[in-house]
Amino acid sequence: MLIKTKKDIPSSEITPESVYRNRRQFLKDSANIAFGAATGSVLAGPVSAQTGDALFARAPVDINLASKPEWLVEKAANRTDAPATGPYNTDEELTPFSDVTTYNNFYEFGTGKGDPSSNASEFRIEPWTVEVAGECAKPGIYALEDILRPHTFEERIYRMRCVEAWSMVVPWIGFSLGDLLKRFEPNGNANFVAFETLVDRGQMPAQRSRFATIDWPYQEGLRMDEAMHPLTIMATGLYDDILPAQNGAPLRLVVPWKYGFKNIKSIVKIEFTRSMPNNTWNDLQPSEYGFYANVNPEVSHPRWSQATERRLPSSLFMPRRIETKMFNGYADEVASLYAGMDLRRNY
Amino acid sequence: MVKVIAKPVVFLLCLLPAAYLAYGVYLAFSGGEDLLGPDPAQYLALETGEWAIRFLIASLAITPLRFLLNMPSLFRLRRMIGVYAYFYVCLHLLVFLWFLLGWQWDNIGREIAERPYITIGFSSFVLLTPLAATSFNVAQRKLGRKWKTLHRLTYACVILAVLHVVWIVRSSYFDAVLYGGLALVFLGYRVLRHYSESVRKYAIFG
Repeated sequence: MLIKTKKDIPSSEITPESVYRNRRQFLKDSANIAFGAATGSVLAGPVSAQTGDALFARAPVDINLASKPEWLVEKAANRTDAPATGPYNTDEELTPFSDVTTYNNFYEFGTGKGDPSSNASEFRIEPWTVEVAGECAKPGIYALEDILRPHTFEERIYRMRCVEAWSMVVPWIGFSLGDLLKRFEPNGNANFVAFETLVDRGQMPAQRSRFATIDWPYQEGLRMDEAMHPLTIMATGLYDDILPAQNGAPLRLVVPWKYGFKNIKSIVKIEFTRSMPNNTWNDLQPSEYGFYANVNPEVSHPRWSQATERRLPSSLFMPRRIETKMFNGYADEVASLYAGMDLRRNY
Repeated sequence: MVKVIAKPVVFLLCLLPAAYLAYGVYLAFSGGEDLLGPDPAQYLALETGEWAIRFLIASLAITPLRFLLNMPSLFRLRRMIGVYAYFYVCLHLLVFLWFLLGWQWDNIGREIAERPYITIGFSSFVLLTPLAATSFNVAQRKLGRKWKTLHRLTYACVILAVLHVVWIVRSSYFDAVLYGGLALVFLGYRVLRHYSESVRKYAIFG
């Protein structure tokens, strides 16, 4: 194997939150200036904020996707900002867009952290359908647009803790999973909800590999009360844009108090089930990965400690090693879901 | 001419990966361009580890290749490859202790004792140490016949290193199959050769 060359932006270029917060304004302003300059009237005409927003929404941001559905880009651009305080936001430094999108696991696209961003450049999300099945009144095959139409997108700034002991802070765009699930009218037998990722050997090179340990499709599941919890979202974007392919376009789960592998990507199936569904990593290595996968500094992974994490981007000489918090810092919100459960056994 | 320059050329080639990583570390230290990515410690640990196992397997490949390709000159590279393997193993351990564990000694002891794949990897390093220490001409001459016996420890080191790799398999068997397969081929060659030689001896005396 050759030495990997890194083409990403230096991780030292951390986006300060104030800059990121001001980016939309900046884009508006620069759109105005560009527009003004083009018409030779920088000072003359007031260019409406509308123009700025419209330009912003259609800005050709180069992310990994064969095509970007206009309506989805617009929905993402019109999302509401995260509230200033509370669990939907954090004052921790955001992980830069370049790191969130070039350093992650999406095993359908390869095993290396850079493989998903390298191998997913022409990923197609048009057309996209989601099959809804199982214990509910409205099963069926839904077009992505029908799935998303009634929901207003919100920004949620969450910590993301990988089971491999690194973590990020990501400004997601998405909406409450509970609001989505209610639309399918789950019945009294729906104790769990199961999800599946797309299987497409043409587009996902690792699904063709003879060496893959994973039995595709990638599967995940939640207990119904976890799925309905207000912190749990169906994410459709990150930063100011829709999801790039490598981050799970067009639709992925984000459950911030659980290890990252629960956050199943590129979802094509949602099924309400009576009994606990399979989840891929638990199938592969039950002693290492449980169904619950709640972030828990006291329960080590058999091969490494979970007591601390490397907050990315980290640096060699000033490593950002921080203490891992119970339920990834969301204990106030979710600890009650697990009252009376032995979290050592139900890891 | 080839004979004269082969060694220094191979020496420099083997140094390249380390030089690249060292340059990355230097840039990280001086705040320059970022070659190592957002999780540099992990990246360095993976890269040094990959190169360590590659050199270990390569050192095992020299003897079979020398006979199969009928290239006695390959022997002149064997020691260098072997010492490079130890060099990359040391870098791998250094990265682990320094950048991943931050020299927290109580943690280091616990990690080595409690995590079997680290125990195994560390044993491989320990067993390689006397081999590297006796890789000089003087040591070779002093030890005589014992040198060869001692250096058969390489086989154990490679097996431990492959187990270390197999143990960290997550989503793909590729590395485990590749390095395990190569180790099996090169060790198997020795077993077969040993066996066929004893058969020949019997043929002569029988």
